[in-house]
Amino acid sequence: MSKLHVSTTVNGDAVEYLCDPRETLLDCLRDKLNLTGAKEGCGTGDCGACSVTVDGRLVCSCLMLGVEAEGKQIATVEGIAEGDVLHPLQQKMIEYAALQCGICTPGILVAAKSLLEKNPNPTEEETRYWLAGNLCRCTGYDKIIRAVMDTAAELREAS
Amino acid sequence: MNYHSPASFAEASALAANATGITRFLAGGTDVLVQLRSELVTPDTLIDIKKINGVHDITRNADGSWTLGVATTGAEMSEHPELGKDWPGVVEAMDLIGSTQVQGRATLTGNLCNGSPAADSVPAMVAAGVTVTVTGPDGMREVAVEDIPTGPGKTSLTKGEVVSAVNIPARGDNAGDAYLRFIPRTEMDIAVVGVGVDLRLDGDTITEARVALGAVAPTVLLVEDCAKAILGSTLDDAALDALAAAASAACNPIDDKRGTIEFRTEVAGVLAKRAAKIAYARAKGENA
Amino acid sequence: MALDDRKSDFTFVGTRPNRPDGLDKVTGRAKFGADISAPGMLHGAVLRSPHAHARIVKIDTSKAEAHKDVKAVVTRADFAEVPFKPGLEGEFWNVLENVMAGEKALYDGHAVAAIAASSALAARDALKLIEVEYDVLSHVTDVDKAMAPDAPVIREGAADYSVPEGMHPNVVRYHESGHGDVEAGFSEADLVTEDSFVTEATHQGYIEPHACLGMLGNDGKGELWCTTQGHWIAQKTCAALLGIETSQLRVTASEIGGGFGGKTTVFIEPVALALSRKANRPVKIVMTRSEVFRATGPTSSASMDIKIGMKKDGTITAAQGVFRLQGGAFPGAPGDMTAMCAFAPYNLTNVKQIGYDVMSNRPKQAAYRAPGAPMGAFAVESVIDELCNKLGLDPVDVRLKNAAHEGTKASYGPTYERIGLVETLEAAKAHPHYTAPLKPGQGRGISCGFWFNHGGETSVSLALSEDGSAQLMVGTPDIGGSRASMALMAAEVLGIPYENIRVTVADTASLGYNDVSHGSRVTYASGLATIKAAKHAVERLCERAATKWGIPTDAVKWEDGCAVPSGPNAGDFDPMPLADITADMGSTGGPISGHFEATPEGAGVSFGTHIVDAEVDPETGKTCVTRYTVIQDAGKAIHPTYVEGQYQGGAAQGIGWALNEEYVYGEDGRLQNSIFLDYRIPVASDLPMIDTVIVEVPNPGHPFGVRGVGETGIVPPLAAIANAVSNAAGVRMKQLPMSPPRILAALKGNG
Repeated sequence: MSKLHVSTTVNGDAVEYLCDPRETLLDCLRDKLNLTGAKEGCGTGDCGACSVTVDGRLVCSCLMLGVEAEGKQIATVEGIAEGDVLHPLQQKMIEYAALQCGICTPGILVAAKSLLEKNPNPTEEETRYWLAGNLCRCTGYDKIIRAVMDTAAELREAS
Repeated sequence: MNYHSPASFAEASALAANATGITRFLAGGTDVLVQLRSELVTPDTLIDIKKINGVHDITRNADGSWTLGVATTGAEMSEHPELGKDWPGVVEAMDLIGSTQVQGRATLTGNLCNGSPAADSVPAMVAAGVTVTVTGPDGMREVAVEDIPTGPGKTSLTKGEVVSAVNIPARGDNAGDAYLRFIPRTEMDIAVVGVGVDLRLDGDTITEARVALGAVAPTVLLVEDCAKAILGSTLDDAALDALAAAASAACNPIDDKRGTIEFRTEVAGVLAKRAAKIAYARAKGENA
Repeated sequence: MALDDRKSDFTFVGTRPNRPDGLDKVTGRAKFGADISAPGMLHGAVLRSPHAHARIVKIDTSKAEAHKDVKAVVTRADFAEVPFKPGLEGEFWNVLENVMAGEKALYDGHAVAAIAASSALAARDALKLIEVEYDVLSHVTDVDKAMAPDAPVIREGAADYSVPEGMHPNVVRYHESGHGDVEAGFSEADLVTEDSFVTEATHQGYIEPHACLGMLGNDGKGELWCTTQGHWIAQKTCAALLGIETSQLRVTASEIGGGFGGKTTVFIEPVALALSRKANRPVKIVMTRSEVFRATGPTSSASMDIKIGMKKDGTITAAQGVFRLQGGAFPGAPGDMTAMCAFAPYNLTNVKQIGYDVMSNRPKQAAYRAPGAPMGAFAVESVIDELCNKLGLDPVDVRLKNAAHEGTKASYGPTYERIGLVETLEAAKAHPHYTAPLKPGQGRGISCGFWFNHGGETSVSLALSEDGSAQLMVGTPDIGGSRASMALMAAEVLGIPYENIRVTVADTASLGYNDVSHGSRVTYASGLATIKAAKHAVERLCERAATKWGIPTDAVKWEDGCAVPSGPNAGDFDPMPLADITADMGSTGGPISGHFEATPEGAGVSFGTHIVDAEVDPETGKTCVTRYTVIQDAGKAIHPTYVEGQYQGGAAQGIGWALNEEYVYGEDGRLQNSIFLDYRIPVASDLPMIDTVIVEVPNPGHPFGVRGVGETGIVPPLAAIANAVSNAAGVRMKQLPMSPPRILAALKGNG
């Protein structure tokens, strides 16, 4: 089986890789580009730990083939902070202790950032439903939801 | 596995017609990739139809009907400013599938062609009278959604045929649709029962009705008896009870990890009533 | 440690600083189990049995070995000979048999062979080339059926000494305890209620699948990186299973993406090492989610009979329980724990409990957060609720009336020291939640819960740097913010800022033995060891100051990060800060470090009380948890935010267990729901905010009063939710999970 060449952009950087057509975007990010921030919790799109955005659209990178990334703009958790400045969501996640083990955190951050870009003033219910595809087994979601809502409030005040 | 990304449906159809072994079309991929990953289905030929022009377009035609490109995602449908006003049931049914992430990829066409009796969008599409355009080696044909699935994981599409567009009828006046499903959680589950209802009224009286049930039989069912139970009524309690009874009577479900025969049969009636009430309110122009 | 040695006013402890590893974990740079690779690395994959019970007639690996990308294939023959012993005495044999099947495949998903290949895809493809001939045997997955006379025998000779004569060979351990005369007690009761309850097996459901990278040479020296709750147990077990010396294998724990008890043993780690030894290259194995569900430790399923007698005033006169737990195809189901915990919250004159450990054709159970306790609490607290309803008594008052306290002889034997159950009940009664009005269709439930907590072998080392900062090495993987609590405790003793302490989870070559991060032991035991190690360093610091000042060591004490004269007679010297002492420590006697190695015994038992409101849709049986309050005794909350997090997480897992999570087996003995789509853990939109109340009744066995908090939080939820649902639905729910089909069936009277 021959491999396919893919040129794409990840966190603003032009990258290339060769992949088997069966390999997912998640496989390619982790194994070929060494971007291990996105995690594989299920491989079936049920846990959200592999969340990335593709051309600004939130997706599970385990539900997209690596070859489909050709010409796209991919954003992962590694690109959320700007230089040494954490995104307010990252800061709030730490302050609220909204992570215990931290395995779901990259996916939560990518998904929550996507939410706030679309809806700067989400209700608790909207936040919970938006993040329903991001499983967390440690926290009971309480502190995650509070961290996201408080970030939203802070960003609204700042803007 | 060989991967192709043709530039036209004719090319896609020709690729599929000439392929050997297992062929799958890749739209949103939310079923194909799961089956690939779990080694349930490893296609020999995978045909990605997303590079064909127009597959993400949502178009309102001159007669008020809608044409949706086959790669239009649930998120694109939900974000469309007009589609959901015409067909809230269809849009909501699609929106119920999976997470926000899945919505970024999943499509009506994929949901239909996966052939699952529990596919959320299918009862809503059947109730709404949606058809699909199928492109094959012998040209194009238009097929009612209810005629696509033939059993769990099976469709009536023949070798080389690919769905090339989704056609939603014009909404027209005094009409409304709704879809409800039962899942144990609030999100992320496969429907245990799904009910799609589309109604048209004359004053308070129902003059047209289509009711479709999901996850209660090997395929999604368009249930004539459900329609008969409420046609000519004002959706009074007697009509609702008759609707529930007809829905339950139409069920031919299985016991599985998601629900029991008794549960599915009972809840099909409950959801039919609830969905009909929403559709009725929408047909009357009330918020629901 | 004596009570009067316990500290009660704190500078750092009880504050809520950011966790030291926060930045790594929000930027994606933290390295979890699957996030590592090595030069020349191969990828491993495991072939698993599709049968619930089958004799392995033959395994032909020749075609796989001939595959161009395959570098090694292993089967059971590639592991050490480990002696078989009954019960838990032969745990290494049990683990080996689970890691790689011997004569029989014992459950759907049981490993039978493994491959290392040059890519993960190649390894998976090559698995299909292994030909296994099975002789399929009849199987059993239900606990009651597994005890029946006609049940297929999983393995002869697995029962230990405790099992009474005449029991089926699948019954492998037996526990009986209690005191008083239950029959006499029942005759004193105004009302006796007897009922039976069932809970299904659930999985810990950590989001990170098992993953490891192993390197082993034929010189018997190896390296292992893995996601684990305890790398010393991984080291010891892998060494035993591979026939190498323990000390020759260095194990490094990755960041761990959840465990909840499920990562306290090994699965793929010895397999990666065996493949590596054969291929002479590093081998990485990462489980799929389906493998996690099929082949790693779910909890036990349980079948239970409870009988409780109560007087009209709420006094419990006698309590009796029989608890049957299946734990898969190996001994270990915690029937004993279930029995011992079930009545532990109550001060009972007459109590008797029996627990059975039963084998079946399911994966080997692993610990899951207070293993065994939640099921027993579900059964017992349901019966207490039923008695309260029938006698018209307030459920908190009845529990207060019967609550265990200091001096109570526990149902499982010992006499309690200072405990906080009464305080949690009083807090529940005072909480606005308890008296808030309910809407139609809603019901309220409460439950108490108990867990032992654990000490365990612990080693900690603390080294001071010249600039006055400190590096703390602990051996318990940080599973939920423990680096923060360790740094707080060290800061408290040293008197230097929290930020100046770097906490590292050391590898097995850098520290003495450490028991697993389990038993809610980390903040207790590693915390105690941290305090002791810091005190040890402080002694050294005082010695150096005494030498500098030319006064006796016992004339120096440590205050707010400085050496100071212990009294006016000791001399008049300005306080000497820690950094002033460490600045020249190389020339004043050498590096200053502190150590502590011991097995602390005073973990201090823990109690909690939960209040739950639930709403049931009478037409569909669907339940919504509308309000939840956790009240639990933490002894002393070192980092209160992370304590709250443990409470909330326990409640959330309990909600999943109570409502939707279960292992579903088909008639063929195969697991039907091995993905998160159908193994339904709670999602964000399922849950309300979870309110918490931290009660602090100091543990006499810890210098700062700490009681473990990790496990108790999952004990009350099953019962509290069942009571809420039963009260909302008007029908007693006796089987978990209370899935909509079960509730609807119960409502229709055919449940």
